[in-house]
Amino acid sequence: MNNDRLYERYQRQLILQGFGAEGQQKLLSASVLVIGTGGLGCPVLQYLVAAGVGSIGIVDDDVVALSNLHRQVLYNVQMIGRPKADCALEVLQQLNPQTRFSIYNERLTNKNAVNILSSYDLVIDGSDNFATRYLVNDACVLLNKPLVYGAISQYEGQVAVFNMLQNNERSANYRDLFPYPPKEAEVLNCAEAGVLGVLPGIIGSMMANETIKLITGTGKLLMNRLLTYNTLNNQTYELEITAGAETRSLIPATEDELLQTDYEFLCSSATVVNEIDTNTFNTIIAEGTAAIVDVREKDEQPVVTAFNHIQMPLKSLKQHASWLTEETIVVFCLSGKRSAQAAKQLTELFGASKKIYSLKGGIQQWMLEQKQTV
Amino acid sequence: MMRVEVLFFGKLSEIAGASLVIDNIKTTDQLLEQLRLQFPSLAAEKYIVAVDKKTITENTTLSENCTVALLPPFSGG
Repeated sequence: MNNDRLYERYQRQLILQGFGAEGQQKLLSASVLVIGTGGLGCPVLQYLVAAGVGSIGIVDDDVVALSNLHRQVLYNVQMIGRPKADCALEVLQQLNPQTRFSIYNERLTNKNAVNILSSYDLVIDGSDNFATRYLVNDACVLLNKPLVYGAISQYEGQVAVFNMLQNNERSANYRDLFPYPPKEAEVLNCAEAGVLGVLPGIIGSMMANETIKLITGTGKLLMNRLLTYNTLNNQTYELEITAGAETRSLIPATEDELLQTDYEFLCSSATVVNEIDTNTFNTIIAEGTAAIVDVREKDEQPVVTAFNHIQMPLKSLKQHASWLTEETIVVFCLSGKRSAQAAKQLTELFGASKKIYSLKGGIQQWMLEQKQTV
Repeated sequence: MMRVEVLFFGKLSEIAGASLVIDNIKTTDQLLEQLRLQFPSLAAEKYIVAVDKKTITENTTLSENCTVALLPPFSGG
């Protein structure tokens, strides 16, 4: 494209004070990696491509679904079932044919992260799970890349810029805010909790704004700060975050350490354990069709005689699991902890072919509640 | 009398409402204990605590009219 056309395309931002040809040149020379092309990734990509960011990488292993369309505004009904990264590329190339794209139709893992992130100046996290979020944060700290962060839930969003170099030191990162990954089941995701369609539009636009400011050196970044925004009352809340030496010890210091960190396991995002309460447990017993399994060791107290069950200690559960032919399996132990592990193992083994439940609070809690109802 | 405003974000606001004012609380530990008594389901939630917009990691003395925020992590994108 000749200079006149370039000028015409970007004229409205070129004439901004503090932006100018210099700011535009910085955008054209920048390379940005966008992780996740969902609710946040869509507006981030649209605005960065429109603004003239020269080189953009897109990582996403998901396909377009009908339930995405209320918030993932790059896609349409014809694209359902196709890879999101491919569909995003088609739309974005038409928006700005000058942009250089790299498409990664894969999930970001601790094995490919260093290789993918290394080629970019900065990283944008629009992913939808904690395993990826902690991996992206840790990899950015390891590789000294600034990270533009955004996350949403229901009606609220969070935005921040992490790991910026200032006075030879790195600003706060995600671990300075939330040091340890929560288990995925402890925090609701969009599918379980719902999300207002326009919310990622707002938060994603804020992420694109921070990215453009970061690249062009304009304005004041959300550095060492977290901004939260509530769509219901338009209230914002800004939190100060301090970069702490102790959080550094939680982040892999070398590529080898990163390779040895199992982010999926830390967040247990692969398997969610279905826990049931005493009432549901009693209903299932009364129906009489499920396998009820005690996963405690053989001689543990209290001995259960109130209902029919089989014994399969947790240690040897995997060996004997094939004996369980029933469609529904309920596991229990004393407190509910071992049975949760057992339910996880069984779910990994049987997948969606069986319904697997763990008795919450264990037989302890069950006996307590039985006494109260008698 | 010491008054402290408490803000709840994300799913926590479904449990405790968006905000409330609590009297006669001296430290964050006391405050969290009282909140857990008042809203037992808070115990199962993950969140960080900030006093006057600064995150804290240990028990902190509260001052008159300060604001305490309870913020859960969000994973959605």
